[in-house]
Amino acid sequence: MNIHEYQAKEIFRQYGVPVPRGEVAFSGPEAKEIARKLGGNLWVVKAQIHAGGRGKAGGVKLARSPEEVEKIAEEMLGMTLVTHQTGPEGKKVEKVYVEEGADIQKEYYLGMVLDRSSEMPVMMASTEGGMEIEEVAAKNPEKIIKVAIDPTIGFQGFHGRKLAFGLGLAKEEIRPFIQFAEALYKVYMDKDANLIEINPLIKTGDGKFLALDAKMGFDDNAIFRHPDIHEMRDLSEEDPVEHEAEKYGLSYVNLDGNVGCMVNGAGLAMATMDIIKYEGGEPANFLDVGGGASAETVAKGFELILQDENVKSIFVNIFGGIVRCDRIANGILQATKEVEVNVPVIVRLDGTNAEEAAEILKNANIPNIIPATDLADGAKKAVAAAKGELR
Amino acid sequence: MSILVNKDTKVIVQGFTGKEGTFHSQQCIDYGTKIVGGVTPGKGGQTHLDRPVFNTVKEAVDATGATVSLIFVPPAFTADAVMEAAEAGIDLAVIITEGAPVKDMMYAKMYATKNGMKTIGPNCPGIITAEECKIGIMPGFIFKKGPVGLISKSGTLTYEASNQVVKEGLGITTAVGIGGDPIIGLSYKQLLPMFEADPETEAIVMIGEIGGTLEIEAAEYIKENITKPVVAFIAGQTAPKGKRMGHAGAIISGGQGTAQEKMEALRAAGVHVVESPADIGKTVAKVLGK
Repeated sequence: MNIHEYQAKEIFRQYGVPVPRGEVAFSGPEAKEIARKLGGNLWVVKAQIHAGGRGKAGGVKLARSPEEVEKIAEEMLGMTLVTHQTGPEGKKVEKVYVEEGADIQKEYYLGMVLDRSSEMPVMMASTEGGMEIEEVAAKNPEKIIKVAIDPTIGFQGFHGRKLAFGLGLAKEEIRPFIQFAEALYKVYMDKDANLIEINPLIKTGDGKFLALDAKMGFDDNAIFRHPDIHEMRDLSEEDPVEHEAEKYGLSYVNLDGNVGCMVNGAGLAMATMDIIKYEGGEPANFLDVGGGASAETVAKGFELILQDENVKSIFVNIFGGIVRCDRIANGILQATKEVEVNVPVIVRLDGTNAEEAAEILKNANIPNIIPATDLADGAKKAVAAAKGELR
Repeated sequence: MSILVNKDTKVIVQGFTGKEGTFHSQQCIDYGTKIVGGVTPGKGGQTHLDRPVFNTVKEAVDATGATVSLIFVPPAFTADAVMEAAEAGIDLAVIITEGAPVKDMMYAKMYATKNGMKTIGPNCPGIITAEECKIGIMPGFIFKKGPVGLISKSGTLTYEASNQVVKEGLGITTAVGIGGDPIIGLSYKQLLPMFEADPETEAIVMIGEIGGTLEIEAAEYIKENITKPVVAFIAGQTAPKGKRMGHAGAIISGGQGTAQEKMEALRAAGVHVVESPADIGKTVAKVLGK
């Protein structure tokens, strides 16, 4: 789960990670009021969407009066921002963050993720602040300094010094930087984050470090113990179909193709997308209906897939283990009675009682349900059906 | 022969009396696994599925001599259960539970390693030595005895692969579902040498997916150390970047962990990489000359 910049900065404040003062606004007048309250003579208005690259897309603007803050906020609210992370459809701006302007002397990058090789959280810093960190990693990997932090000892001074010296900080800057990094480590661990990115982290004219931007992601498995984080979830940032699927315990991801797929198990679901492509088609979605694959989940699966108007055929690929295939076959027949399925459905059931299942589907004699004998046969038929070539 | 577990392995179940624990323990017993008891705190002294229930893992180990624990404890308490097993001297914990927090598993694995306990999972189907011992939730009948060792991040894809291998007239020595979470126990790199050393295993099937670098590390290991033929499939060649594909670990982040880079690394290590998941069985038969 991801949250907005203004929410991440709120959490930072609670933990003593220094951030500029600012507040979120939902309208122009509100933005103006916040600017007045903050005082000063320079403000930044920032579109709040769950995607990076806002600056280049016109989602971050400077203002020199509260009136200008209002004008910019009004322009930004309701506009659709397209960045390299939003996809071509972009994201609609529904709130803006109004922040006091900062005296930027130098920009850095500071981030934390779980390093799956060392199985520890790793903190990363770079002097290339403001740049895309993936780009830095690809072109100048030596410019990223990394320290893995063993959570049984926690953040120690030497971790901080390794980063600080790596960044080439001056002697008097080392202490405030280490304090900043230590507080950030505490945020990451306490909140079960799986990602924190501060890009840029800035050094101000008076030698302070401030998080000018803040991005946070959390381990979905741990949200149950963080009701405060759970409340920060912004459903308008998520694909409504993906969210609908989640309510039913299904895992769905929309894609660009026209062959819908419904599969049990995440690995087999990915493999099914792969084989559709391998056979010359394009998958329309990832859909894992879980181990059960009951009539109810299959019906919901059909509904989700058919919300996508591009879908021209559906490949149901279920490997029945503990749940017997004959029961799944009956589930599919029942589901097609509940949901109107107007495209060819290619059904491949393998595993326990696969032969009985094939018999059930054959006897049902529903014209648009086409049985397949194995994975390759199913994929070929589904691709042909989507192209209108299956007779 | 086989790896890690066989017909003599004594197994206890943590979360024995719960719904999942009960159902799958019975399935394991029916398969022939020596389930010698279980642990449910507060139900010690009772009998469940004709086996004794204990309050603690230590009591269960002392009374039964179990060396493996199968864990069905709910996500919020999974790490606790794993650490209790490590403390009690269990050799191998097989963690089925889905949805355990990553931070918890990070601590649990560190503690397990410190105590010399191996772990499999979490969020995995478990481990099975064909026709001897099933410690997990996989449908047992798919795994016929034969010369192929199987290591997989995905559950249903493990069944698919085994099914294909069996249809070629071959079979499985041991199959291990290692799980697809960001922190997992035994991985390719630890399991490959076990299969290399197992005289009955003639070929190894490795099923990976997008996310992380375990498959890349495995490729490096194979290149230097594995002489038996390895067939690999990597799921997620068509997965978009930045989207979590079901498993918590199955996500391409920052351009890292793509199927393509893993397939290339494995190919460079001499592994027979299949592009279509339907070709796993056929390719195994081919490399074994059958």
